[in-house]
Amino acid sequence: MPINYYIFLAVALFCIGVVGVLTRRNAIIIFMCIELMLNAVNLLLIAFSKMHHLSALALDAQTKAGTEAQLFVFFIMVVAAAEVSVGLAIIVMMYRNIHSVDVNFLNRLKH
Amino acid sequence: MSITAVLFFFLSALALGSALMVIFSKNPVHSVLWLIATFFAISGHYILLNAQFLAIVNLIVYAGAIMVLFLFVIMLMNLNADTEPQKNKWLKMAGAVAGGCLLLVLVGALRDTEIRTHAVQMKDGNIGLIHNLGMVLFKEYVIPFEISSVLFLSAMVGAVVIGKKGD
Repeated sequence: MPINYYIFLAVALFCIGVVGVLTRRNAIIIFMCIELMLNAVNLLLIAFSKMHHLSALALDAQTKAGTEAQLFVFFIMVVAAAEVSVGLAIIVMMYRNIHSVDVNFLNRLKH
Repeated sequence: MSITAVLFFFLSALALGSALMVIFSKNPVHSVLWLIATFFAISGHYILLNAQFLAIVNLIVYAGAIMVLFLFVIMLMNLNADTEPQKNKWLKMAGAVAGGCLLLVLVGALRDTEIRTHAVQMKDGNIGLIHNLGMVLFKEYVIPFEISSVLFLSAMVGAVVIGKKGD
């Protein structure tokens, strides 16, 4: 499979996430669209790791090139899990204070 | 057309369609369910690329833990379709046009790069197996791995402190 297909798939997923962030007002949906963008980037990283592995295989049949990229994706997932827990706690606190998750009410970050 | 290509296009269509449904659903619970479908499709892509460990981690961490957390928060707040405020029509249109322009620029820039001749190794290659990843993770990347445990501890403390009632 050419790498271009994966690039365009990841670009399309990322842009759908961007459109979601720009057009929705619900803070939770915006947060979900950010997760979608993160996943698009992860998919592209793995596709590039397999591309790099294939081109390294031509030189050395025993190569392990490309393993690091998959570990980077693993670390991105670790950081995303931590980020989601803190972000959702912030959204819950915000909802408790102003009884809404509408981002238009939050443009001054005070109430 | 090989079975790999058929699977690739099927999973891509599934991922894009579910991602579009995430941003077009009025009900936040439906959005979460469509996002879970998107994550399953992306996990299918990982399996197609023979990155088996990351496929399972993606399912467990994203489709399992994170999405259950989202569902839990949405049900805690009792959100549904008619409570969500809508942006006005022109702002929505401006957002869609801005996102479409970003897509257009990226596709136009990447359309004719020399990378087009490179291929991705599908369905074989052993770098995505847990044995190889574990060997590298616990030999060369053991310090970042341990630091990520500190990150988790601080995230847990932060979530508890922020979510605590009263102050």
